[in-house]
This record gives sequence, C-alpha cells and structure tokens, in this order.
Amino acid sequence: MDIHEYQAKEILSRFGVGVPQGALAYSPEQAAYRAREMGGDRWVVKAQVHAGGRGKAGGVKVCDSDVEIQEVTEGMFGQKLVTHQTGPEGKGIYRVYVEAAVPIAREIYLGFVLDRASQRVMIVASGEGGMEIEEISEKRPESIVRATVEPAVGLQEFQCRELAFKLGIKPAMVQQMVRTLRGCYRAFRELDATMVEVNPLVITSDDRILALDAKMTFDNNALFRHPQISELRDKSQEDPRESRAADRGLSYVGLDGNIGCIVNGAGLAMATMDTIKLAGGEPANFLDIGGGATPERVSKAFRLVMSDKNVQAILVNIFAGINRCDWVAEGVVRALRENPVDVPVVVRLAGTNVEEGQKILAQSGLPLIRATTLMEAAERVVAAWRSDTTRNTNLRAV
Amino acid sequence: MSIFLDRDTRVIVQGITGKMARFHTREMLDYGTTVVGGVVPGKGGETVEGVPVFNTVKEAVEETGAEATLVFVPPPAAADSIMEAADAGLRYCVCITDGIPAQDMIRVKRYMYRYPKERRMILTGPNCAGTISPGKAMLGIMPGHIYLQGNVGIIGRSGTLGYEAAAQLKERGMGISTSVGIGGDPINGSSFKDVLAHFEADDETHIICMIGEIGGPQEAEAAEYIRDHVSKPVVAYVAGLTAPKGRTMGHAGAIISAFGESASEKVEILTAAGVTVAENPAVIGETIARVMQ
Repeated sequence: MDIHEYQAKEILSRFGVGVPQGALAYSPEQAAYRAREMGGDRWVVKAQVHAGGRGKAGGVKVCDSDVEIQEVTEGMFGQKLVTHQTGPEGKGIYRVYVEAAVPIAREIYLGFVLDRASQRVMIVASGEGGMEIEEISEKRPESIVRATVEPAVGLQEFQCRELAFKLGIKPAMVQQMVRTLRGCYRAFRELDATMVEVNPLVITSDDRILALDAKMTFDNNALFRHPQISELRDKSQEDPRESRAADRGLSYVGLDGNIGCIVNGAGLAMATMDTIKLAGGEPANFLDIGGGATPERVSKAFRLVMSDKNVQAILVNIFAGINRCDWVAEGVVRALRENPVDVPVVVRLAGTNVEEGQKILAQSGLPLIRATTLMEAAERVVAAWRSDTTRNTNLRAV
Repeated sequence: MSIFLDRDTRVIVQGITGKMARFHTREMLDYGTTVVGGVVPGKGGETVEGVPVFNTVKEAVEETGAEATLVFVPPPAAADSIMEAADAGLRYCVCITDGIPAQDMIRVKRYMYRYPKERRMILTGPNCAGTISPGKAMLGIMPGHIYLQGNVGIIGRSGTLGYEAAAQLKERGMGISTSVGIGGDPINGSSFKDVLAHFEADDETHIICMIGEIGGPQEAEAAEYIRDHVSKPVVAYVAGLTAPKGRTMGHAGAIISAFGESASEKVEILTAAGVTVAENPAVIGETIARVMQ
C-alpha cells in the first residue's frame, strides 16, 4: 500500500528524520492561508498523488507569494496529474502540500528496500540525488553505496557512519546523518514497510539534513497489525476496478488489451495472458480468482471483467484440482445465467472430472466456446474476438 | 529415493483443527501419507481425522517421532509456528499459508540459521501448494491423482501452473519423482537453487522442470547454479511475459522491480545457461518429452 508524501514525512519525522516545515491544504484558499500561517517568502507547493515524476509533470511549483500559491493551486486541484508512473489516465489531485523552501547545497538519494537476494533489508544510497534510482544505476552506477541489515540486531551505528563517510558527508554532520538513517530504518522495521525512499535527501547551506521528498510503501500482508497505517489508504489514487476487486478478495490488474481473463492461481493467470499474446491477442486484465474457484467467485469475476468497456471476448481458464470440473462448470453456467454477457466466452477446464464438466457446459444451452488445451483456448478466444469485432464493424457500417 | 518425503516420513499438521486443514489432512491420509498428529495450542488431547492433537510441536515430536510438518496456521501466527517447528528438530517443513508479512519471513530465515546445517530444518513455501512424491506421500493441498510416479522433478513458484505441468506429463504417460512448490512470496524458505541441488543428488530424478515467474533474482541464481553444478537436463517455463513493470501480479513476489526480473530477461539468462525453455505454458509437457529422448 502506498501513502502520500506528506504522510510519509509525518511518519519519518516522528522517527527523528528532519523534514522541512510544511502543511496540507484541500483548497487553493487553504493553501494560501497555510503559507501565510507558516511565514517566510518562498514556498513549494506539491500535488499529493501516489506517483513519482511529479516535478517534470508540473505537480511541483515554487511560489513567492500567497497570491501566487492560490493561482498555482487553482490550476492543480481537481486536475489529473500525468507522470511517467501514472499511465495516460493520470491521478487526481485532491490534496496539496505547502512547504517552506530550503536552501539546498547537496542532494542525496536514499532508499530502504527488501532485498530478495540477501533476504534482508538493504540500504541503497548515492551522492547523485534528484535523479531516479534507475537513472543513477544506468548513468552513475559507481556512485551507489549499499549496506544490508542483520535482522537479529538491526541497523548498527558503524554501518550508518560508513555510509555517511562514503557519501562524503562532512565529519561535523555525520552524527546527524546517522540519526537520519537510523530513523528511516526504524520506521521501515516497526511499521512493516517494504520501501522507504527519500529522494532527494538534502543538505542545506545552513548544515541541516532534510527529507525533501519521501515515499513509503507498506506490506499489505502486515496491515492487520498497523491499523493507523491502513487508515492512510487513499482510494482516489487507486484504479477503481482494482480496489473493488481487492475489497472482494480477488486479485486484479487492468491492462490495455481487449480479451478478459478469468483464471485460478496467479501463475496460471500470468501463463494464460502470455498464451493469449502468443495467439495474437492482447489480454485486458490479470485476474486470479483463487485456488477454489467457487461459483460466487466466478460470478464476481464476470461482473468485474465486464466492467472494463474494452473487453470484447472472455477466456475462462480453470484448473480444477480438489474442486472438480463438474462443480466449476456449474458455477460458470450459474454465473453466466445471472450475469449474461454480450461478448464471446471461451471456457477451458482441466483437471478432475473434466468430461462431466464439458458435458454440463455443452448441455447448458449457453453460447459457450469450449477448449481442451491452453493453446487451443487462447487460439479460440482470439479467433472469436476477431470475428466478433469484424461483425460489429460490419453492422456499424450498414 | 524421492526428495524431502517418503512413504514412511512421519508427518504432523500445525493448525490441524481448522476447516481447510482437516479437509487436507483427510486427503493426505487417503493418499497414503503417514500423518501421525497435529498441533494446536490449547487443543491437546483432541483427535482430528483419527490423529491425536498436541499443544506444542516438541510434545508432538516426542510422542509420535514426527520428522516433517505442514503449517496451516493463519498469517499472523504462521512465522511463529515455523520457528517452533525448527526448534523442535523437525527435518522438513512445508508452509501453505498465504499472506505472511515479509519481515516475519526475514526473521524466520534468520532464526533457522541458529542451527548447524546438519540439524537445520528445510523449509519450502510459504504461499505454496506443497510437495508430493507420487505414489509415496503428499504434504500439501494438491490434487494427488493428477500426478503419475516417474522421473521428472518439478520445482515451481505457482500452484496451479505446477498442476498444469503435471497434467500435461500425465497425458503423455510421464511421471514425477517429486514436485516441490517453493511459493509465490518475495522471501521464501527454499529457492530454485536449493531444490535443484536435491534433485541433482536424487537417483530417481532424471530431468528437472523449473516453473518460474516474474520478480526476484531466484531464476537467475538458478541459471548460474545449473551452468556450474547440474548435470541433469533442465526444462524451464517463466510466466509473465505480458506482465507490466512495477505491478504485483497476484503473488506478493510477482513484481518486476529490477533488471533481470522480467520474464523475457529470465528466459534469456536461463537459455544462456543451457536450460531448454518452453515457449508457452501449453508445451511444457511436450518440451520435457523432447529433451528426455
């Protein structure tokens, strides 16, 4: 789960990490008021969306007066911010963070991640801040310094000092850097984060170390023990179909194609998408309805897939193991009777009692296209989609 | 010899009184697995599917001589249960639980390293379908009858995709020595590499099938290991060619976040290491048959 920059900064500052003075606003008037309240003569207004690359996309602006803040934020609120991370549809701006500008002397990249190779928490840092980590590893890989944390004892001071000296922090400020690194680690560890990224971490000309931007991602599997983090979830930043699916216990990822997929198991779901692509089609979604494939879940899945207006054909691929094919087939038939769909549906069942399952599908009277192997299913759904779209185009032409 | 499990391996089920655990305990018993007990704190003295329930794993081991365990405990307590099993001296643990916090798994892995290698429990999973040595024993939730006994060793991150491979082999009359699910989580008990080492040493396994997916470094690590240490032929399939970068595809661990983690990069790395890669999931069985000839 992602949270906003201002929320991440609030959390990090509780753990002893320095952040610039700032305040949140829900309207242009409030943004201007926040600046007056804060004082000073230069502020940065930042659109709060769950995506990086806001600066280049026009979501971060420097302002020199409260009037300017009001003007600038009037152009932000209610708009969609499109960055290279949001996709073409962008993310809505409903909150703006107003921050006192700080005099920057140096920018540093700082990231805490779950390193899957060492199976530990890893700190990744670079003196080349301001760029994204992908860009740093491409252009200045030698600038990257790393440290892994021994889980039994946590991050040690000497590791922080080593990192600080490698990053060229001047001796008088090393202790401040140690406090910053330890604070980020404690926040990561205690709140079950999967990522903490401070980019940039800045050294100001008056020798302060501040998190100028901050991003935190949390482990969905650990939210049960952090209710205060769960409350930070902002549904306005999520794809509505994906959050609806998540609320119903289904795992869904929307894509750009037009062949909807309903599959049990994450691996099989990815494999099904790949086979559709190989057969010449484009999958509209990833959808894992779980190992069980109960009739209720199949029904929910049909409704979810059909809520994507781009879907022009559906492939149902279920490997029935413990739950037999005849039972799954009844579920598919029931789901389609309850939610009739106006696009071709190809069903491929495999596993236990496959013949009985096929018989139920055949005798249902529903216009289902059946398939035995995965490849056959993919080929049939692509063919059905092609002929269906041709027919529709012809109709429109008439 | 199959790996990890045999007909006589004495097995317990942690969390045995849950509805799903009861069901799968019955399935395992019917398959012929030697299930000798279960563990649920506070329910010691009860009986489930004819096997006795104990309060602690240590007690279960003392009373039954158990060597392996299946963890069916809900996510908040699952890591604790795995550590309890490791401490009680069990040799092998399969954890089915989906949804264990990643940092809990980091602690589990660290904890297991307290024990010297010869006494260290082998963990496969979490978030997997389990391990089966067809015709001998099953420690998991898979449909046992889709597996024929034979000489193909399967290692996979995905449950249903592993079933798909087993079913494709059965169609061709080919069987499996052992099929091991290593699970879809980012931090798992055993990697492809760990299981490959066991298959390389197993006489019953003549060919190895590896079913990977996007995310994480384990397929690439396996490729290097295969190149340097595996003499048996290896066939692989990697799911997620069409998966977009930076999105979690069902499994917590199926997310492309670094170089070498996409399906096409993994296919390239495996091919370079001499692994035969099945182009699509529909030809896994066919590819294994071709390589075996």
